[in-house]
Amino acid sequence: MISAAFDYHRPGTLGEAIGLLTEHDGTAVVIAGGHSLIPMMKLRMATPEHLVDIQDIAELSGIAVSSDMIEIGATVTQSDLIASDELFSVCPILRETSLQTADPQIRNLGTIGGNVANGDPGNDMPAIMQLLDADYILQGTGGTRTVKARTFYEAAFFTAREEGEILTSIRIPTPPFGHGHSYQKQKRKVGDYATAAAGVILTRSAGTCTSASVALTNVADTPLWAEAAAKALLGSDLGAEAIGEAVDAARAITEPASDGRGPADYRTHVAGIMVQRAIQTAISRVA
Amino acid sequence: MNAHTSADTERVEKLQGLGSSRRRVEDARFTQGKGNYVDDIKLPGMLFGDFVRSPYGHARIKSIDKKAALAVPGVVAVLTAEDLKPLNLHYMPTLAGDVQAVLADEKVLFQNQEVAFVVAENRYVAADAVDLVEVEYDELPALVDAFRAMDGNAPLLRDDIKDKKEGAHGPRRHHNHIFHWEEGDEASVNRALADAEVTVEELISYQRVHPCPLETCGCVASMDKVNGKLTLWGTFQAPHAVRTVASLITNIPEHNIRIVSPDIGGGFGNKVGVYPGYICAAVASIVTGVPIKWVEDRIENLTATAFARDYHMTGRLAAKRDGTITGLHCHVLADHGAFDACADPTKFPAGFFNICTGSYDIPVAYVGVDGVYTNKAPGGVAYRCSFRVTEAAYLIERMIDVLARKLDMDPAELRLKNLIRKEQFPYTSALGWEYDSGDYHTAMNKALEAVDYKTLRNEQARNRAAFDRGETRSLMGIGIAHFTEIVGAGPIKNCDILGLGMFDSCEIRIHPTGSATARLGTISQGQGHATTFAQILATEIGIPADDITLEEGDTDTAPYGLGTYGSRSTPVAGAATAMAGRKIRAKAQMIAAYLLEVHEGDLEWDVDRFQVKGNPEAHKTMKEIAFSAYNQAIPGLEPGLEAVSYYDPPNMTYPFGAYVCVVDIDVDTGVTDIRSFYALDDCGTRINPMIIEGQVHGGLTEALAIAMGQEISYDEIGNVQGGNLMDFFLPTAVETPFWQTDHTTTPSPHHPIGAKGVGESPNVGGVPAFSNAVNDAFAHKGLTHTQMPHDHWRVWKTAQRLGLTG
Ligand SMILES: Cc1cc2nc3c(=O)[nH]c(=O)nc-3n(C[C@H](O)[C@H](O)[C@H](O)COP(=O)(O)OP(=O)(O)OC[C@H]3O[C@@H](n4cnc5c(N)ncnc54)[C@H](O)[C@@H]3O)c2cc1C
Repeated sequence: MISAAFDYHRPGTLGEAIGLLTEHDGTAVVIAGGHSLIPMMKLRMATPEHLVDIQDIAELSGIAVSSDMIEIGATVTQSDLIASDELFSVCPILRETSLQTADPQIRNLGTIGGNVANGDPGNDMPAIMQLLDADYILQGTGGTRTVKARTFYEAAFFTAREEGEILTSIRIPTPPFGHGHSYQKQKRKVGDYATAAAGVILTRSAGTCTSASVALTNVADTPLWAEAAAKALLGSDLGAEAIGEAVDAARAITEPASDGRGPADYRTHVAGIMVQRAIQTAISRVA
Repeated sequence: MNAHTSADTERVEKLQGLGSSRRRVEDARFTQGKGNYVDDIKLPGMLFGDFVRSPYGHARIKSIDKKAALAVPGVVAVLTAEDLKPLNLHYMPTLAGDVQAVLADEKVLFQNQEVAFVVAENRYVAADAVDLVEVEYDELPALVDAFRAMDGNAPLLRDDIKDKKEGAHGPRRHHNHIFHWEEGDEASVNRALADAEVTVEELISYQRVHPCPLETCGCVASMDKVNGKLTLWGTFQAPHAVRTVASLITNIPEHNIRIVSPDIGGGFGNKVGVYPGYICAAVASIVTGVPIKWVEDRIENLTATAFARDYHMTGRLAAKRDGTITGLHCHVLADHGAFDACADPTKFPAGFFNICTGSYDIPVAYVGVDGVYTNKAPGGVAYRCSFRVTEAAYLIERMIDVLARKLDMDPAELRLKNLIRKEQFPYTSALGWEYDSGDYHTAMNKALEAVDYKTLRNEQARNRAAFDRGETRSLMGIGIAHFTEIVGAGPIKNCDILGLGMFDSCEIRIHPTGSATARLGTISQGQGHATTFAQILATEIGIPADDITLEEGDTDTAPYGLGTYGSRSTPVAGAATAMAGRKIRAKAQMIAAYLLEVHEGDLEWDVDRFQVKGNPEAHKTMKEIAFSAYNQAIPGLEPGLEAVSYYDPPNMTYPFGAYVCVVDIDVDTGVTDIRSFYALDDCGTRINPMIIEGQVHGGLTEALAIAMGQEISYDEIGNVQGGNLMDFFLPTAVETPFWQTDHTTTPSPHHPIGAKGVGESPNVGGVPAFSNAVNDAFAHKGLTHTQMPHDHWRVWKTAQRLGLTG
């Protein structure tokens, strides 16, 4: 449980950081809060020779909220997400999810950028970003580009991010006022990754569902945006039948691993229950 | 008169003796981070050791290449079995009469087995070099299912003893058989079963778990080449036994070995055994002449140093239709892993498992235990319990519930019907134990009243009806346990470890100014000995507990004792403490008589002084007596005031308790919610109620962990699962329910102060209470037994099997 040797860099600007990644191409990795990376290093599943710590880079911090866009800097911690009342007022699911992520000590250091860039299907924020149709802003020597959260994840720990790129911020279209939301996560204990989890946001007008999005955590080797589940809700009365269809549709796309959290059939089953409860809770919260 | 009484009370309170909720003296340093653990020890020139471990569960070692590792700057040595062979140290004796490979000899028998020991300037270099030792293996079929261990075609695990037909505990039937041990009258039990109006049978498995103390195992070995003395600081629950074993293994004379157990961050049985790390560190220090530190990491701790349980118990009960139990039959298949390294008194290969008649008056009983080898880590320690007592309690408490179901009788009522009655004590059980004391019905009834049992059952009936009507998806379960422990090993006549009688000791020195130092043969790992043993003494000798320093764990200074595990410290060393105190008091009485110019018989003891009978004004306090012991010549008496006692207990002690757990189960997810838990403990005389409560809280939390989630399992090819804290369930404050504690007091008749030991009761009684609650939730749907751990997915699978998940 001791990592291999590495050099540590702490640049003050994004340019310097990208420079360091380029200079040590293939042997350098970004470290933010370190709470996913360092455990991997201690198990020697990751053996970077250079760590480029981005916590001192001012341009990567901060939360900006407007009526149509939320922008969150990569080094914003999960505690920051919880603390921001402004964020909560427009997009409460971010606080609700953060409160179910890891434990308070980890949330004080773990960043949103690290959580979504990591590529671990167990991370909670990637599914939420797919749910909210977020864009990830990536910057490297080749300049800046934008990748949709819904297309970013390729396989466990494989993402669309190039090695030399830094995820600088996340842009989320501000969800409609009065939407209902819920993130339901079943876990074995505090600090555990989900056995299965589901996020839902939806709107309703005159008894009919006018928009819906559903996403799942830790029931495949990537987060899952459950498009068909959302379709089952859209235009429905959000009654038992529609919910049942959404649950079935969500279950149909899961491919969970069998591990200490349970065998695959169980985790698929729980994913459905989480979807069902998330929909019901979201409905109860629609303004 | 009143004034006099309150002055007396004041003097009693000042002592902070028996019954006082004195604050723990240890906490001043622990809460400030000033404890001194093995890993805090830093000696000049100290090197670090680290293990190369097997990635396979079963494989032949073809070659080991150290070259690349030795080339790393800072690496001093790489030891393998070949290096230990000339010293005859490649195998070491285990506490169970087997041998265990210190470094794998030609074969590895479990994943993470020690293969080579790298010694380097610091732990970072050592870790790098571990990666560079190249070991070539030929994988062999792994044996992970204990039920297959004695099949005709089961792979041979132990080449080293393949021709040994006779094990440490009698004949071996198969190359993977370790021992067969039995107790009781099987023929009578079979007759009882054949004649019974009702019988039940159930296979009850208690899964492999691990004590997982916060501090892992480790040591610092330092050989002083000038005077030939080996000092070993380590996480040892039995420092004196380690010294004797170390002397026998290394041939270093025992007086030239010093074992020190510094502060220990929890043991729970994990730190009783002798591990390859200790031997390798000692050998490396003897060879290099510099101190060597070895401290295992969390994964090593969970996967390589002693596990607990792994008992597959088939129980059968015979009963009359009215619920009277007429016989118990039990066979255990005990999975001991690759080496038999169980920590039990030597004559008890299955520990005190034959306490499995529990709290019940069962006329005839039989147990047979077969131990087998598998490709798993060795161990089988008493994880916060006396030897195999928690397994025994789990068996009988589950079987009682199984029988209750069959009889369609309330499990509380069935217990009340069969509990040993107060007037039957001392009670000799069908399997040969003499229960010293008990008042079971009072405890059980008090518990049922405290939780308002009737109301709970009524609520449950309503819950079940509502569930069947589809109004709720939650089921309520009520679990009851009435456990009896057997602790305080033990009388030398039947208890020894490697020939060392399981007595314990206390040595007291009263200093001239009236304070005292006491040393014991035990060692606290968090139990608060420095607090409680000073309290025992305070009451015995009238010196305030705050003026008594208690020392343990250094074999150069402490009297010989067998250490701390199996709740033996209070029953054995606590008794020695009281007895040594009484010797002090006896001499003090002679001194007081001389000083007061009266006959000894004219004096009486009063709290902290001897006073002349009928004339309390004429008295000498212990403080005054202490001074006199050192400053004046008293005819017929040696100067000084010291005493030592070695206590061989006449019997074990038998703490007991009644626990009730209420659980709510979400049938759709298998998530369990412990709504309430009530624990009544009877540990005899209560020395420090606050510490007892703390011990009960800790033990119940471990019981929760075991019953609801802990498991070390292996896949088909011998890969260990659950060997990290992501998967191995350690509950946090969030998962831990509120514990409601209570007590009755039935003093032990043979213990000098009537105390019985309490640290382990909550683990022993807690596990069946949780498990019974989960089983009870589904009982009306036909469930008789579902295996632990009751984690979410298994509970859901149980519900699914019963057709409830729809
Ligand atoms: C005990 C424990 C429990 C946990 N439980 C949960 C949980 O329930 N849910 C959950 O979601 N997470 C959980 N986590 C993970 C935690 O939330 C991490 O903090 C988070 O996943 C990563 O954030 P970080 O800032 O610590 O990233 P780091 O560990 O620093 O980095 C993670 C990875 O992302 C890369 N990276 C980081 N930032 C950037 C960036 N800006 N641009 C490009 N690449 C970047 C790094 O190179 C690395 O590969 C847990 C962690 C622990 C230790």
